[in-house]
Amino acid sequence: MRRRSRAGSTWSRRSLNEVFLDVIHRNSITQLAAGLRAKKFSSVELVRAYLQRIEASQTALNAFISVTRSEALEAAAAADRDIAAGRGGPLAGVPIGHKDLFCTAGVRTTCGSRMLGNFVSPYDATVVAKLKAAGAVTLGKLNMDEFAMGSSNETSYYGPVRNPWNTDFVPGGSSGGSAAAVAARLVPGATATDTGGSIRQPAALCGITGMKPTYGRVSRYGMIAFASSLDQAGVLATSAEDAALMLREMAGFDPNDSTSVNTPVPDYLAALDAPLAGMKIGLIKEFLDEGLDRENERRIREALAVLERLGASVREVSLPNLPLSVPVYYVVAPAECSSNLARYDGVRFGHRCKDPRDLNDLYRRSRGEGFGAEVKRRVMTGTYVLSAGYYDAYYLKAQRVRQLITADFKRAFADVDVLVGPTSPTPAFRLGAKTADPITMYLNDIYTIGANLAGLPALSVPCGFVGGLPVGLQVVGPHFAEARILNVAHRYQLETDWHQKSPEGFA
Amino acid sequence: MSLTRAQIESIAYLARLELEPAEIPVYQESLSRILDFVGQLDRIDTGDVAPMAHPLEGLTQRLRPDAVTEQDRHEVYQANAPQVAGGLYLVPKVVE
Repeated sequence: MRRRSRAGSTWSRRSLNEVFLDVIHRNSITQLAAGLRAKKFSSVELVRAYLQRIEASQTALNAFISVTRSEALEAAAAADRDIAAGRGGPLAGVPIGHKDLFCTAGVRTTCGSRMLGNFVSPYDATVVAKLKAAGAVTLGKLNMDEFAMGSSNETSYYGPVRNPWNTDFVPGGSSGGSAAAVAARLVPGATATDTGGSIRQPAALCGITGMKPTYGRVSRYGMIAFASSLDQAGVLATSAEDAALMLREMAGFDPNDSTSVNTPVPDYLAALDAPLAGMKIGLIKEFLDEGLDRENERRIREALAVLERLGASVREVSLPNLPLSVPVYYVVAPAECSSNLARYDGVRFGHRCKDPRDLNDLYRRSRGEGFGAEVKRRVMTGTYVLSAGYYDAYYLKAQRVRQLITADFKRAFADVDVLVGPTSPTPAFRLGAKTADPITMYLNDIYTIGANLAGLPALSVPCGFVGGLPVGLQVVGPHFAEARILNVAHRYQLETDWHQKSPEGFA
Repeated sequence: MSLTRAQIESIAYLARLELEPAEIPVYQESLSRILDFVGQLDRIDTGDVAPMAHPLEGLTQRLRPDAVTEQDRHEVYQANAPQVAGGLYLVPKVVE
């Protein structure tokens, strides 16, 4: 297709297989894995087709920081051998991308920062190792906001990512590269992380499915830390079914992560089809605030009508402390970040300034040069709220309000099975539109942060468009109810085709 | 609330961040606004609510057996270091 389809004569010279590979990216992970197992195409062919799409889109989208072409082709050839020998894993030969925050042995891992511009991971993150063991083939490392601090992917040292639905608009953040890549079908699925909405908000803004599991469900080992009591790894894919498949392979106990939870991982695929009849859904009243775009609200209500048609009942639920999520977050997250980012000292790894006069000069200039403006802002905010005389007033106070927010969720889940609402107040905005004022940018995550503070699983599914740009429906569940929220999302996607829409130019 | 230039310089020093002179007023403005914004928490009556440090409370810190699990991989790790010699990280002279 694409350019060549215009010259009719070239069609005959191209084999049917080549034409088939031109549109192979329209398949889901589930379909690709089945096709590989049935030997309809090889992983090497598949990986070549995706690598070609990645290269063709890089100038327009800037979704990748590193493309690992030769490693990917080697891994694909190995996957083909495994499949031929009948020992391929559930994702054998399926191409994926990793957010550049996951350590990948022998591959540069920048976290979107100049600080780690030359950092080569000495080991694989557990998530990376598990997906590798399941047979997935990594095509490269995806762009992101610097140290995952941002909601528009504009803080990346490696340049902003653009939204494939309209390249004048942001893809959301911080997992903007992962979301844009999946939306543009440059990979069928990608890893991502969510500290305050960094999986769900870009999923909504790019029209794809994004899943943040319960805190502790997926190992954080080898994930570059931002805010350790909030960070959680998850998935971006085009459907709940694919997200369930990837999550099943990523989740599980890891002795290397002291906050990893040792409970069995259910088969998320097994529960996908369960009927929604009798399910009690709570619409979060506080999310229907004055900040919510009214057209966006209509898309949410239309989505709820679909769920009601499937037999679920919907009622409004109030979580009165939830609007305090953003101020709580902007104390807790910077505090934890200022502590976590203390490790970047210009001594053991990362950027070092030229000709340091003494040790203090080495620390200060290495960090001043290595970190971007938003990272410095958060490190300083955190330093301030943790400093002597302010700790109780800011940090402890925020942790107490965090407890109140968590209690609101707990009360709500006594009455309903899942909570729903919009993922973000508006669809994607233009590049540069919100960079001048940090508070305006922070308010993008007003509906997503609550789930992080309480450690709850939450996902976003595409539920329509506002002004030609996608928006998402958020579904939040009680701790470890991943299967339930994936079930709601999957049943919704069986009734709607929003998740199958792909942006013009990347179809 | 409005942070002074000296306060920003002191925070930056505590955080070991060298700032360009032009950056200081920018952070004065934005940090002051952020502190005003988070200051709304003051109005919330939290009474004797316990501070929440971790989303899965009730979970206790796991201990591992006291056994050697790490191998000596210092060469791999030090490949990322800006300056090493003889297996040691080099820094500017600290003790005269």
